[in-house]
Amino acid sequence: MTQAASAPLLSVENLSVAFGSNPVIHDLSFSAPQGRTVAIVGESGSGKSVTSLSIMRLADLAGAKFTGGRILFQGSGGDIDLLSISQDQARHIRGNQIGMIFQEPMTSLNPVFTIGDQIAEVLMLHENRSKPDALTEAERLLNLVRLPDAAGMLKRYPHQLSGGMRQRVMIAMALACRPKLLIADEPTTALDVTIQAQILSILRDLQAELGMSIIFITHDMGVVAEIADDVVVMWQGRKVEEGPVEKVFADPQHPYTQALLSAIPRLGQMTGEPFPLRTPLTVLEDGAPKLVGERRVQDTARMAEGPLIQVRDLSVRFDVKKTWLGRTTHYVPAVTNVSFDIHPGETLALVGESGSGKSTIARTIMQLNKPHSGDVMFDGRPMSQMGLAERQRLRRDIQYIFQDPFASLDPRKTVGWSVAEPIRTHGLLSGDREITRRVAELLERVGLPAAAAARYPHQFSGGQRQRICIARALASKPRLIIADEALSALDVSIQAQVINLFMDLQKDEGLAYLFVSHDMAVVEKMSHRVAVLYLGQIMELGSRAQVFENPSHPYTRRLLSAVPVPDPTRRPDRPALEGEVPSTTRKAGEEPVPVTLTELAPGHFTANT
Amino acid sequence: MSRFRSLEFILGAGITLVICGLVLASGWLFPDVGKIDLMARLLPPFQQAGHPFGTDPLGRDVLARAVAGGKISLTVGLVSVAGSVVLGVIMGLVAGYYRGIWDVILMRFADVQLALPFILLAITVIAVIGGSLTNTIILLIVSQWVQYARLVRAQVLALREREFVLAAQAIGVKNRNILFQHLLPNLLGPVIVLMTLNVANNILLESSLTFLGLGVDPTIPSWGGMLAEGRTYLQSAWWVSVFPGLAILFTVLGLNLLGDWLRDQLDPTGRTER
Repeated sequence: MTQAASAPLLSVENLSVAFGSNPVIHDLSFSAPQGRTVAIVGESGSGKSVTSLSIMRLADLAGAKFTGGRILFQGSGGDIDLLSISQDQARHIRGNQIGMIFQEPMTSLNPVFTIGDQIAEVLMLHENRSKPDALTEAERLLNLVRLPDAAGMLKRYPHQLSGGMRQRVMIAMALACRPKLLIADEPTTALDVTIQAQILSILRDLQAELGMSIIFITHDMGVVAEIADDVVVMWQGRKVEEGPVEKVFADPQHPYTQALLSAIPRLGQMTGEPFPLRTPLTVLEDGAPKLVGERRVQDTARMAEGPLIQVRDLSVRFDVKKTWLGRTTHYVPAVTNVSFDIHPGETLALVGESGSGKSTIARTIMQLNKPHSGDVMFDGRPMSQMGLAERQRLRRDIQYIFQDPFASLDPRKTVGWSVAEPIRTHGLLSGDREITRRVAELLERVGLPAAAAARYPHQFSGGQRQRICIARALASKPRLIIADEALSALDVSIQAQVINLFMDLQKDEGLAYLFVSHDMAVVEKMSHRVAVLYLGQIMELGSRAQVFENPSHPYTRRLLSAVPVPDPTRRPDRPALEGEVPSTTRKAGEEPVPVTLTELAPGHFTANT
Repeated sequence: MSRFRSLEFILGAGITLVICGLVLASGWLFPDVGKIDLMARLLPPFQQAGHPFGTDPLGRDVLARAVAGGKISLTVGLVSVAGSVVLGVIMGLVAGYYRGIWDVILMRFADVQLALPFILLAITVIAVIGGSLTNTIILLIVSQWVQYARLVRAQVLALREREFVLAAQAIGVKNRNILFQHLLPNLLGPVIVLMTLNVANNILLESSLTFLGLGVDPTIPSWGGMLAEGRTYLQSAWWVSVFPGLAILFTVLGLNLLGDWLRDQLDPTGRTER
């Protein structure tokens, strides 16, 4: 590390950690200088979380063994080796001198206590304050993380707050005793991009105000570029690269870092391209980076043919409250008057934050929800007029891929059984031998060995499981595949491979995709046309170039500006984005106001607001 | 096969087989099971070659009765549990998966039944249809399927929201196949655990029915019946009730071990969830 004038606040020296006989961290060394942010980056299984838990001394409570090294921390009582102190002493340091925030703000707060009580508890425990005194301090802390109405917030319960607000409460709690070091373990991964931007800017401001050091653990290179001063890249339990953030991004030394950086979809990379582009990938082969795959313009959309799917004035509602006679008193208008077309061979992306209704639309097309009004037409036939047989036929022509590939595979069935299920359900092939052959063919098509058919889902990695789900979706030879956040749970390098698989399948099989995602950069890379949703209505609809290069609705611009840019030299000095997605529960009888769309250019629509 | 090479399976299957074998062979092993010999009342165990487990207050051989008593007890325990599992699982699956009116009817019915004390229900039913082995089993099934229905329904409510069930619906899999191919295998674990515990419970319930004169003919030996008889002599002649008690204990132990093994076999991930 280059410029730590004083001794670093925390230095990890030759740390090795093992679970049982299984080493997870090998000989790791890095340091966290005073007042700076160190980002630890890596994919799942790289050991980054175990590192943070080791610093907190929570790893050994979970059964880990420290097989070597030490962690020196400049505590209030001089230098101490965090690995050699007792759990009792560690407890005094945790929460007091080292604070931590976790990924899931909902599960880290106790649902039965008020926010005020939970923050006050920390203060009473570590600083021996009286209850009223602690509550006053809690209010100050909530103001510090810019929560509106801090005094009222003290009396509220966690379920009354949104995810972003809960994460701010977690930060307030972590800061309660003015820690010298804050460890943030994927604090924004579960949040929408706009909320993520808020949290990141709060963390940055607080660091400047309080002068603490931050260890920021993440898999998202965009977030790293935005917040970190120094970067430690971890891979398979080892540090493969370390340095100031500008240097690591501009001139990555290790092949793994190079592969990782090349795999990130970057917003704006497609500017000037009329169609999505399949690009070659840098992959590691025997430790050396290698460029694999072809570069191909994805002009597969057959716009001249009639639309495959036409969604017309679709509205979907969910009842939230009923009288005991079964009459609805409150409902959520999840989707209101949405219309769009998908042509054969085309990828249409639905983007928006959580609660925007994008998954609801996808599920309604898949017949998993019933529309309240409006209709979906397939090949020109309205779904509402289809008989049972025709609807069943539709379940063959449209296939769905879920976000979590593990949850969407039956854990008690072999992979081969699951992939064959659509074939058996629709009676596409007769005879076990033919089905087995087709399953093997499908698995090989998505890049898995045919022998995978005999194994169970838990024996595969996340990326492999998503390939299995894609194989299952292909089994019935569909014409439209709905991918509902299908890439969100995957590591970036795997994500890039799966994106290319999607594009190859589109070219070879002429598939149309409805691509539901919150990740703007991935959407830009993959889609022909884009629809931006907000609170169940379309705000902007147009070709990829129209929406991304010429965003005309304020919400689209806001969404685009919130995406972290994986380039540390271009840190956006964005104004603190404020505001939350409002709640949309309505009383029965109160109708949502549908927006009207104006056509700015051929095919480019934007909402009048 | 490696799946059979586990201590749970070897012990469980061994114990269960020995007990079942003895009980089935009891007519041939002990032809004079009910022979009363008032000269040999309450003989302590391990003293006379003819009565290794001692004798009861009427001079009957405890070993012979303990082995023969398994006929009634095992029949009642196993058949009533099997019956209530089949009924309860089907009801729970239907109520949990289809929801709506079926759910309301089945679950309110279950609530009403849970509110009625078992003995009251037993006295009423037996008074109407009379006491016999078959009627005892029917009564136990009727009073116990509710547990399984509620357990299964709760599991189905959780499972039906899981994505693999949604995925099956999206593919167009028939509801019947979703119920029996996806939901059932995923909820069998807790059902098996409850089953193995219930066998013991039902063996004892049969004895309390018999004790009240509502169950099987009291002159036919059963484990529960022997326990109840021996209770008054517990301080002076422990063997009268201890040996049938041990018979119940080993039966339950064997079935529990088998049940644990079976549950683990059904779970391909190899992790146990209870």
